[in-house]
Amino acid sequence: MGNRLSFLAQLALTLLVAAFLIVPAILSMLAGVTANYFRGIRSGLTLQWVMQVWELYADTIVRSFAVALITLAVTLIVGVPAAYALHVRGDRLARAVEEIITLPLAIPGLAIALALLLAYGGLSDFRRSSLFIVAGHVVFTLPFMVRSVIAVFALIDVKTLDESASSLGASAWRRFRDVIVPNAVPGILAGSLMVVTLSLGEFNLTWMLHTPLTKTLPVGLADSYASMRLEVASAYTLVFFVMIIPLLVAMQIFADRAGRQVALR
Amino acid sequence: MTSAHGVAVGVAACAKTFPDGTRALEPITLDVARGETLVFLGPSGCGKTTLLRIIAGLEQPDRGGRVLFNGADVTAIPIERRNVGMVFQSYALFPNMTVAENIGYGLKIRGIDRAERAQRVAELVALTGIEGLEQRRIDQLSGGQRQRVALARAVAARPSVLLLDEPLTALDAALRERLRFELDSLLRMLGITTIYVTHDQAEAMALGDRVVVMRKGAIAQVGTPREIYFVPANRFVAEFVGAANLLTARAVNGVLNLTGGKLVTADVNTAGDVVAMVRPESISVVAPEAASLSGQIERISFVGDRQRLTVRGTIERPLLVDAPNTLNLKIGERIGLAIDPHAVRVLPGERP
Amino acid sequence: MTHRLFVRLSLLPLAVVVVAFFLLPMLQLIITGASGDLGLSAYAAILFEPRYRATLINTVLLAAATTVATLVIATVSGLFLQRHRFFGRAILVAMLTFPLAFPGVVVGFMIILLAGRQGLIGDVTLLLLGEKLVFAYSIAGLFLGYLYFSIPRVILTIMAAVEKLDRSLEEAARALGARPWAIHRDVILPALAPAIVASGAIVFATAMGAFGTAFTLATNIDVLPMLIYTEFTLSANIAMAAALSVGLGLVAWAILALARSFSGNTIAAAG
Repeated sequence: MGNRLSFLAQLALTLLVAAFLIVPAILSMLAGVTANYFRGIRSGLTLQWVMQVWELYADTIVRSFAVALITLAVTLIVGVPAAYALHVRGDRLARAVEEIITLPLAIPGLAIALALLLAYGGLSDFRRSSLFIVAGHVVFTLPFMVRSVIAVFALIDVKTLDESASSLGASAWRRFRDVIVPNAVPGILAGSLMVVTLSLGEFNLTWMLHTPLTKTLPVGLADSYASMRLEVASAYTLVFFVMIIPLLVAMQIFADRAGRQVALR
Repeated sequence: MTSAHGVAVGVAACAKTFPDGTRALEPITLDVARGETLVFLGPSGCGKTTLLRIIAGLEQPDRGGRVLFNGADVTAIPIERRNVGMVFQSYALFPNMTVAENIGYGLKIRGIDRAERAQRVAELVALTGIEGLEQRRIDQLSGGQRQRVALARAVAARPSVLLLDEPLTALDAALRERLRFELDSLLRMLGITTIYVTHDQAEAMALGDRVVVMRKGAIAQVGTPREIYFVPANRFVAEFVGAANLLTARAVNGVLNLTGGKLVTADVNTAGDVVAMVRPESISVVAPEAASLSGQIERISFVGDRQRLTVRGTIERPLLVDAPNTLNLKIGERIGLAIDPHAVRVLPGERP
Repeated sequence: MTHRLFVRLSLLPLAVVVVAFFLLPMLQLIITGASGDLGLSAYAAILFEPRYRATLINTVLLAAATTVATLVIATVSGLFLQRHRFFGRAILVAMLTFPLAFPGVVVGFMIILLAGRQGLIGDVTLLLLGEKLVFAYSIAGLFLGYLYFSIPRVILTIMAAVEKLDRSLEEAARALGARPWAIHRDVILPALAPAIVASGAIVFATAMGAFGTAFTLATNIDVLPMLIYTEFTLSANIAMAAALSVGLGLVAWAILALARSFSGNTIAAAG
């Protein structure tokens, strides 16, 4: 009896929390396609708000994708070789470097943005371009790419693969190209998904770094929450969900598959 | 001693101390004759893998150590350019390539064209008996198949030296014994100078032309399997390479005085306090009245192909004796022991 | 090219990016923090200036409350979900972890939808009590917002930790006669303690530094990140903003370093 009661109580709490998290999300998705939120769904479904969002904020959506992709490119070029080097060295210096690149995760985005503004605010061309935002995003997402790739290196014993390729005569670059990178692909993919998702949703840094001409989607969202009617804000949020949710699902599938591969070993 | 021309690999005073302070190898000097299979045998931590990796070029010896291939100093040359073939304990096959691509990788690096590569890969596939597996991915192979692919890949580019780091350890016992025979015939057929690392003494003796027994970073003995087994240089080798009865006794004119009687050795000049070794299989069970040595059976272990007896009263410690499996023996029975004097090995330099 | 050289070259782009866009700017920030009227003592102002101290206390209390509430809720739910299998469980787990990637702004909007002027809670209380309850734009709303992005993260960590628990310890306790309550108190919770402490530290650090949520809900909620923002943009008190940022960064980093000594990983602070 006590067991059943306790089960139901825990279930009730869990359901309440789940409702707390999901209900507003669903509300916002509905509100985005409802003609009049105040009157509710009886007022009919419409795409007018989504259209309005596109008219007002299309540039932010495009810019968010562009920033995310450029950030991804930079983290790939910088992060993958670095992950290899850090893993192969494995010494105290490597651990210190990993610490340093993970620091930006501990420091509030606000502080990092302030730091960037103080350092480069004077370079007006750079400061006014989207690349300024990319710089902030790279600092923030780099540790995810590096850690993801290092994790996969540890799993596949990349050091021994490296040694066996070198015993067959392959030079360092050749080994990197033929053996290291192809076998790191799961980590690279997982890291890439992470980087893109984080970049698309980044606000704290971006709000401080942006200019009226370099707004990203989250910045636009804050704008709409403050100044637009609920339906438009909701439609805008709906667009964001549509962008983000496939990425989240992909990451979850990836994590499951990776987990299963570990179990099979 | 092999002549200078016959030495494929030479190790000169190679020691190794790791950055964290571990002393893995004392200065080792060794020659490997062309075409021979040399086995490094020893317990874990004895330095055998470290020595192999120094020869391969994956580790550098401490200052003063040199590695020579055909008389030329290759110490400063990294592994990529030493033209060795190496089989790793975990096989280290490339998961992103098929079996054929793995085997052909060394050739690809050397710029061999596709047609010639394919031909050589086919040769090796036939040699190692893995026909039909060429297009498979690594995770679709069994342990034994992976081992063969690893070997094929290592020898594809015709290396001057083949290095194997415990290649059979990752397999289960039954498979290991079967593959040991195949590996042996393969190595003989290839005729490459081979250095093989293992902790399994049976494997070492089955595969090696000579065995280097190692302990705590130093060489305990180098010799053919028979030399190591019948004439061990010291206590460690005697006990590591097979079951051994070690007895301490006073010798007078080549005869050892034991608790349970007298034991005649082959050398009449043996005198003083000595440590001697006798292997269980060289002791025969005879009638107690007729023998110069006797003892009482304490325990009988029927192993299948023989009976292992534990005998008390012959020497201070229990004596291990291997008796034929057909003998009818009882615990507590008094038996006589006959030992061929040539089977008694007096260990030089061992103090009782 | 030797292997050594290749490894060094591989680290070069990373070094350039990290130095240029993180280390040097942070150095600049620290220097700027000491460059205002107060000089180096600006760094102590967070503790001694009554206005700043009040904000600091506010922020710490809010973060602490968030941490406690999140840990309790997430531990109960996490244990429950990991230990029971029932119809719809997978969907429930998905619902609970779905908000994981929401930025603080979106979380703020979620709270507005729940407790704002047109919020769901307001409508419900209007029906039931005749009065519309609106609290999104206060510290209560912020608290709910922090719960919103903290709970998914901690639930995942707890579920992972519960999975790794050694069941034989609980079975031994049962064999010795312990009831479920005792088993939870003496066996399960102590075993989960490292995960709980580590997650708690992360929640605390994140709540201390969260900006987006507070920004969306109102600009007059008195927490540290908002203070830094207003000092920088409205008061143009750059030095003070820098000093406060460095202080906030140090506190957050210290707490997360503590978390790491209990677990083995770091999970990102975001929001």
